[in-house]
Amino acid sequence: MDWSPLILTFKLALITTLLLLVVSIPLAYWLAYSKSRVKPIVETLVSMPLVLPPTVLGFYMLIAFSPSNAFGNWLDEWFGLRFIFSFEGLVLASIIYSLPFMVHPIQSGFNNLSTSLKDAAYVMGKSKFTTLFKVLLPNIRPSLLTGIILAFAHTIGEFGVVLMIGGNISGKTRVASIAIYDEVETLNYDAANMYSLILFGITFMILLFVYLVNGGYLKRFWQ
Amino acid sequence: MISVVLQKKLKSATGDMQLDVAFEIKKGQLATLYGKSGAGKTTIFRILAGLLNSDQGKITVNNTIWLDTEKKINLPPQKRKIGFVFQEYALFPNMTVLENLKFALRNNKDDSFVKELIEIVKLGDLQFRKPDTLSGGQKQRVALARALVQKPEILMLDEPLSALDFEIRNKLQQYILQVHREFNLTTILISHDISEIIKMSDYLIELDHGKIIKQGLPTKVLTQNKVSGKFQLHGEILAMVNQDFIFIITVLIGKEIIKVVADADESKKLNIGDKVIIASKAFNPIIYKID
Repeated sequence: MDWSPLILTFKLALITTLLLLVVSIPLAYWLAYSKSRVKPIVETLVSMPLVLPPTVLGFYMLIAFSPSNAFGNWLDEWFGLRFIFSFEGLVLASIIYSLPFMVHPIQSGFNNLSTSLKDAAYVMGKSKFTTLFKVLLPNIRPSLLTGIILAFAHTIGEFGVVLMIGGNISGKTRVASIAIYDEVETLNYDAANMYSLILFGITFMILLFVYLVNGGYLKRFWQ
Repeated sequence: MISVVLQKKLKSATGDMQLDVAFEIKKGQLATLYGKSGAGKTTIFRILAGLLNSDQGKITVNNTIWLDTEKKINLPPQKRKIGFVFQEYALFPNMTVLENLKFALRNNKDDSFVKELIEIVKLGDLQFRKPDTLSGGQKQRVALARALVQKPEILMLDEPLSALDFEIRNKLQQYILQVHREFNLTTILISHDISEIIKMSDYLIELDHGKIIKQGLPTKVLTQNKVSGKFQLHGEILAMVNQDFIFIITVLIGKEIIKVVADADESKKLNIGDKVIIASKAFNPIIYKID
């Protein structure tokens, strides 16, 4: 069996999740505490991937980054970046596609924290930055864990966006979900079954882990 | 000396309200803000601490300007030297008692003062515990000690004891008075409890709908032009029972329940939940020692 689609899938999920974490913490912080008028618009945009067919997202990214138009061409010439049919493109698409799964838990984590924690830190002379890293984030660990795991699991499960923007290039863009589709197309049901079983098992384990940790079952077990 | 002039338009549950107050508190005083909920007490606190902006205002603390909307001066909360005790304690759940106190240090060098504070509020045995494992009274002691770590110019207490029962409340009142005197603090308290106010404060500011309606000595403000009794007790009406021509009124004073007789006219003005004074002139109390 060819393991490369599975390895590629987990590599993609890992890189996407790390980058998403960096992007989502400031974004969720802003969404939780800002009173700006553009906030509803930003909230809508963040949530769009929840309801929009992934093919729509993939289609527009395909158009935008195509080297045959000005923007795609500019990216290619200035930065040597090609987002079409490349791993970088998959990462970018995955970040957008999984954004709500990371942002929403973190945002609701911030919202559920009593504002007096933040106020107390400010009154003690602590900067916003110190307050975020020493007070707010350590107290929303379950939300962070939920966000990380959901984004990771969701990236493993994506199909439509990958197919649109990445295609099916072995070792580059052929992730496990695409490989399953490919094997079924060629009536190779055994290989499809192997990939499917592995994905099923791993995603089950990942989600189970979240529920065990956030439900406090592991702590009770250790005590 | 703290001098405060504030104006702010507020949206409250009962519609728009204009907060418009001016008061002064002398150095070393323990002043109380008193009034119904929604009168603007907490808003004044938040503006004083720099956590909320005012439409117009000027705050001067010991000759330093903290806020002057005309000159566009508005110190952030980080730069105002304030010790703030929140109603819901606001202890950081991820830190132990000791870490909570140390976090409040401006520069992490000298923690001898932290140790001293832990002694004063008797938290020695609890210093390595997380806040979640403490009782309400213990949490509030931690919050009080934590507010004192940075040697504030003003100590602000937002209904610090309202969630605690009577005995713990009594003890904590003692702690607050002790640190107020020991560290020569200027303290501002928000309180609903009349016995607490009379026991603790030197100065009382009574608010209603965003305006100051009375200020002065607590005993004077609370009993202004009412009675000149020799014997006065403050309490709250728990029940009123009509018996023919008279009403039997049950009043909670401290933790004692007392029944008082009132005639129909008098009782018309009274409702359950009202704060009242029970006073008597020709009265000769007998004192018994309890063994």
